[in-house]
Amino acid sequence: MQKVKFTNLPSIVSLVLLAVLLTFSTQISAQDSTATAAADAAAATPAASGVGDAEAGKALFNSNCAACHKLYKKATGPALFGVSKKYDREWLYKWIKNSAELIASGDSKAIAIWEEYNKSPMTAFPGLSNTDIDNILAYTDTEKSTPAPTDVTATSATGGGDGVSNNIILGALALVFLLLIVMLVLVNGTLKKIAAANGVVYEEKEKRTPIWRAFVENQFLVLISAILLLLTAGYFMYGYFMQVGVDQGYAPVQPIHYSHRIHAGENQIDCKYCHSSARKSKHSGIPSLNVCMNCHKNIAEVSEDTYAMGKEEYGVDYNAEIKKLYKAVGWDETTQSYTGETEPVKWIRIHNLPDFAYFNHSQHVTVAGVDCQTCHGPVEEMEIMSQYSPLTMGWCINCHRETNVNVAGNEYYKEIHEQLSKKYGVDQLTAAQMGGLECGKCHY
Amino acid sequence: MTSNKKYWKSVEELKEDSSIVETLQQNEFVEPIPTDEFLGNKETLEASSTTRRDFLKYVGFSTAAASLAACEGPVIKSIPYVVAPDEIVPGVANYYATTMADGFDFANVLVKTREGRPIKIERNDLSKNGGSVNARVHASVLSMYDKNRLQNPMVDKKEVTWSEFDTAVAQKMNEMAGKDVVLLTQTFASPSTSKLIKEFTAKYPNVRHVIYDAVSSSEALDAFQNKYGTRALPDYDFNKAEVIVSVGADFLGDWQGGGYEAGYAKGRIPKNGKMSKHYQFEANMSISGANADVRVPVTPSQQMKVLQALTGGSASGLPENVAAAVAKAKAHLQKAGSKGVVVTSLPDVQAQTMALNYNANSVVMDTAKPRMTSMGSTQEVTNVMNGVTTGSVKGLITVGVDPVYSFPHPKFAEAYENLEMTLAFSMKPDATASAAKLVAATPHYLESWGDVQLKKGTFSIVQPTIRTLFNTRQFQDCLVRWTGNGDKKYYDYLKEFIEGSVLGAGSWNQAVHDGVFESSASLTTDADTTNSSELQLESSTSNGAKIDPVQENKEGMELTLYTKTGLGSGNQANNPWLQELPDPITRATWDNYVTISAADAEAMGIENENVANGGLDGSYVNVTVNGVTIENVPALIQPGQAKGSIGLALGYGQTAGIQEEMQTGVNAYQLYSGFKSVQMGVTLEKAPGMHEFACVQLHNTMMGRDIIKETTLEIFNTKDVHYWNAVPEVSKDHQEIPVTSPDADLWTSFDRSVGHHFNLSIDLNACTGCGACVIACHAENNVPVVGKDEMRKSRDMHWLRIDRYYSSEDTFESDLEKKENISGLGSSLSEYGEMENPAANPQVAFQPVMCQHCNHAPCETVCPVAATSHGRQGQNHMAYNRCVGTRYCANNCPYKVRRFNWFLYAENDEFDYHMNNDLGRMVLNPDVVVRSRGVMEKCSMCIQMTQKTILDAKRDGRMVKDGEFKTACSAACESGAIKFGDINNEESEIHELKEDKRMYHLLAAVGTKPNVFYQTKVRNTNEA
Repeated sequence: MQKVKFTNLPSIVSLVLLAVLLTFSTQISAQDSTATAAADAAAATPAASGVGDAEAGKALFNSNCAACHKLYKKATGPALFGVSKKYDREWLYKWIKNSAELIASGDSKAIAIWEEYNKSPMTAFPGLSNTDIDNILAYTDTEKSTPAPTDVTATSATGGGDGVSNNIILGALALVFLLLIVMLVLVNGTLKKIAAANGVVYEEKEKRTPIWRAFVENQFLVLISAILLLLTAGYFMYGYFMQVGVDQGYAPVQPIHYSHRIHAGENQIDCKYCHSSARKSKHSGIPSLNVCMNCHKNIAEVSEDTYAMGKEEYGVDYNAEIKKLYKAVGWDETTQSYTGETEPVKWIRIHNLPDFAYFNHSQHVTVAGVDCQTCHGPVEEMEIMSQYSPLTMGWCINCHRETNVNVAGNEYYKEIHEQLSKKYGVDQLTAAQMGGLECGKCHY
Repeated sequence: MTSNKKYWKSVEELKEDSSIVETLQQNEFVEPIPTDEFLGNKETLEASSTTRRDFLKYVGFSTAAASLAACEGPVIKSIPYVVAPDEIVPGVANYYATTMADGFDFANVLVKTREGRPIKIERNDLSKNGGSVNARVHASVLSMYDKNRLQNPMVDKKEVTWSEFDTAVAQKMNEMAGKDVVLLTQTFASPSTSKLIKEFTAKYPNVRHVIYDAVSSSEALDAFQNKYGTRALPDYDFNKAEVIVSVGADFLGDWQGGGYEAGYAKGRIPKNGKMSKHYQFEANMSISGANADVRVPVTPSQQMKVLQALTGGSASGLPENVAAAVAKAKAHLQKAGSKGVVVTSLPDVQAQTMALNYNANSVVMDTAKPRMTSMGSTQEVTNVMNGVTTGSVKGLITVGVDPVYSFPHPKFAEAYENLEMTLAFSMKPDATASAAKLVAATPHYLESWGDVQLKKGTFSIVQPTIRTLFNTRQFQDCLVRWTGNGDKKYYDYLKEFIEGSVLGAGSWNQAVHDGVFESSASLTTDADTTNSSELQLESSTSNGAKIDPVQENKEGMELTLYTKTGLGSGNQANNPWLQELPDPITRATWDNYVTISAADAEAMGIENENVANGGLDGSYVNVTVNGVTIENVPALIQPGQAKGSIGLALGYGQTAGIQEEMQTGVNAYQLYSGFKSVQMGVTLEKAPGMHEFACVQLHNTMMGRDIIKETTLEIFNTKDVHYWNAVPEVSKDHQEIPVTSPDADLWTSFDRSVGHHFNLSIDLNACTGCGACVIACHAENNVPVVGKDEMRKSRDMHWLRIDRYYSSEDTFESDLEKKENISGLGSSLSEYGEMENPAANPQVAFQPVMCQHCNHAPCETVCPVAATSHGRQGQNHMAYNRCVGTRYCANNCPYKVRRFNWFLYAENDEFDYHMNNDLGRMVLNPDVVVRSRGVMEKCSMCIQMTQKTILDAKRDGRMVKDGEFKTACSAACESGAIKFGDINNEESEIHELKEDKRMYHLLAAVGTKPNVFYQTKVRNTNEA
């Protein structure tokens, strides 16, 4: 009887293919950001009641007023939307140009505001002309642009629809493959039956030594492969053990989603503004919450672009994260004051050196002038902070070997550098030549 | 050819039918092995599905799984401040000036704090004469982190809130109106507290204030008050002295508040061929006696005669050798004139007056600005003690004192519990606080505000360095509240008082910053108000013979009660650092004991012996004084102890509020009858059993070796340096060359001329053996406490030890002579054997020994994993994480300074000391790693401190100034014996010291080229 080999081969192939397909197919999200555009458009429409250019007003508002005022929300000062209707325009000119004078003059409205806002004086703007103020007021009268709700549902519906249709297509494909397999099996069976009925006899194949037996009988090959196997195993074992305790790429989920990308990247805040102790201490220090509040007292919400980006790319509601900060520090947004109920943030430490290794930030940051990024990587691009360097001893030592000591203008190094460079016959000493490889410099 | 000999294991086997032999042949083991117990139960064995192979598999897999799981790193949280205080930068230490005043120790200190935690006590350099920062003061920071402290106020043993407590006290005080209530306090020496107490007694006129010093200086105070009108103690500057004669006074120890070592040491360093001469007549071997040029052992009753003879009387009745010594001392004193001084600790007003009168013309004594740190009056305290026991005193308020523990009255404890009102202000649940009905939990001095007048005109501020750890309130705060000041804080009261009455034009902030200031403001203090005692005092001196034990001629031995460097009066008995600090003289830890002379010990059959494991064992004795017996006191044979006298340390034997491990020794206060340090008519009887001491030095003599180089002032002045401080020589090609010559080296030396090269100098003339450096090293380097059992096994972890050597002949010089004259085997065997025993009155020398940081270090060459290596700056580094614990290095170290972690001493219940609880661990220095089990450790020459100094200079872009480099021990050394610095800086003090002709290296002949060097000890043998 003839024997047909690999009769179920097609089915196996198809299953493998399917699996591959399922693994590598990624969820493609296709949310459009139409909301922001709508907002811009709304801002551009001039206000019906006011005189003045809202466009120019926006620029003035952002440069002069935005630190303390928001359009639709209380900040340090009151929300300014509709302020031109609430007060007499002449009064507003006086107030904006010099509020203190107005208060001093005993104006009842002025005193009322002043007292409502904890008697914090508003900066005087004598430089603003009446037209400027008109422009600003025109801008403040801009209606809040709420993106049309229908739009939102539409986009989300289509977005969801995409996901569903992908799955349906994949399911259909899988079904087709299954059908094909079943058909092939059936056809094969039928053909075999026909062949048997027709009396076709398959030729018996000569029996060969199975390949595994041939392999086992060849002792040289066994030896070679055993050695290879051991070496490979050794290699991987070594690799495995060497990475124990090395947490390169460690990026834990933090209690507050803090984006270094926004702060250090987009806003270009210097690392040492927040991590100020890196300049004078061994610790870089995690900034205390009062440092955050230096800016976030006025920044309760991110810009709409940033908000949308957070939602889309990282699935994070940045404004909610700022709320977490307010909760921790005990900041009441409505009254713009501290409640005194605090709740320290339990950050998860990313860079952990073992106790027996001593590292001093100020030595590297202040004395050597090493950039933070040298060890911490492109933090300004990191949405989620992660450990960039391996922080192993080999990594430390390597840098000490390669890096020249920054002696410029440092009286301490003057003499020792002169003598040592003469001794070693070099122009520039490396940290290692200064004694930076001695055990006791880091282990005590 | 095999022999047919039969070997017998015992005589029994010779008998043919011995049943024992029969049974023994049958039974391989003496006791049957209980195999049945674990294999006999067939059912359970069969029921179990686990075979032996399975069991091994499980063990294997679970081990592998556990080790894999361990590879996962833990999640570490970092919690920043919500609002960071401006002055705190994480990782940078802040220093605050404050003052310790616990009634026994008074000192101006600097407190090092890290992230708001005090971690170390240092000396306040702004203070010129502000007490002594001794071992106890250094250790006091750990006492704050004592988990056995009182955490809440208590009424009737129940914890209450402070407002409830205030009500309870007010109610009680009203109930007590008209009844005699005593406010028994420690010496505060605080002007503002005196004022507050006066306000308090004005409000409650039935309360009277009595000051009680646990260790009394009452007689000296009486003598001073009679003569000068103020209840205070004279101050001495021994730097100005040419001749110092001490009769029993351990003025380098705790005599009259201590703190005299700095001045003394300055006068002891030979300068221009001169140094002071020190005679000591004493019964116990004290630190002062050990440092003296001439030490004469005399019993307390003889001391009285010695003092009389010195101050003009006759030397009749004294033994011949003592009389001769007295004559020499007297002649020398006369020659010195106003530069001679006599001090005494005899608890006798007459004796104290004699000394005062003698010193009246001396430039050494200062009576214009006396010390205000002790004010207690024995008479008044005795009245209180008797009043309580007889029932005339109805209420007792105690502040900072523990009379139930320390009053020498057997019925006092019982009487105290029966008092109508008992209120105790205490930091710990001590004997008094645990018996009191009202207990006010007080904060540690590092958590309190206050002011202290250490000397007349010299004021110090106490400021908190941490928020109170527990719900405590200081005594003064309570008084402010109870005297009707509403919610006013003591801080405001203090500030008002200091600004108003003391500071004058000075600034409060500056005063708090400096911790000390001088003011000529005249204040009424306790010293002036305790005049009431004067009248009674005079009456008591008139029939003084009756209460004065010194002149009594009772049968029996004479007991001198003393305080130890470690525990002092016992205020800090729950401090493991102090318990483990070896006594400078006996080198014993975790104990007090009767010190007895070898002759007396032999007569009574008292023995000290070293047993097979190296530990020292001693007999027990029962001590009886005035009918009070303490049983089973261990006896330690003390060379130099006057025959017929014994010594016993106060401060031990506390049980209330003290961790079990630290309940050491016996309570010698029971024998402190009449609050006198000398007791006559003591009977001693041997008790059965042997006591196990934890003594860290078992070989007490040097046997003529030049471990400590010594010479006399005469030789030092007249002879060539090669005569008295010769560099050892070695033979090369049959020629003697000095061991320091490069030709004598196996190795070529590294060039160390560039950069810093640290050296440590130890002046054996200045070192008094006080032990402050040992505790400072503990605190700085997170040295663990190992406990008494481990100490006994010589597993102490001290990075710095202070060796004490006795001479076996009368002097070390005659030891040397004896050694030189040994010839032949017989002679060497017998005479070396003799030299192992110290003499009856030996010379004593102290030598601090830490890692010598050898440039040619023997330890470095034998380490198989290169865990110990040498830095260019001269320090011998020890990388703990690299060490695998072979201990080759320790074996190869000629100085025996390496310490091995036999166990994990942190977070281990077997070593339940400060490193085993969260509170105690707060004292750890975050810059130094806590070592784990199985690694070697040793002195690092405080590399964390030198690195910090260098980094500070680098950050400022400047050179390091001379005197900036410090180690914990050099910074702690009050006497200036330990100096540290960079010898490559040719203007530095250390460079000068290295060139000094007294300089020598320890065991220089070994050729290790250490970076620690010593200054030869010079003894003043000149006579008048």
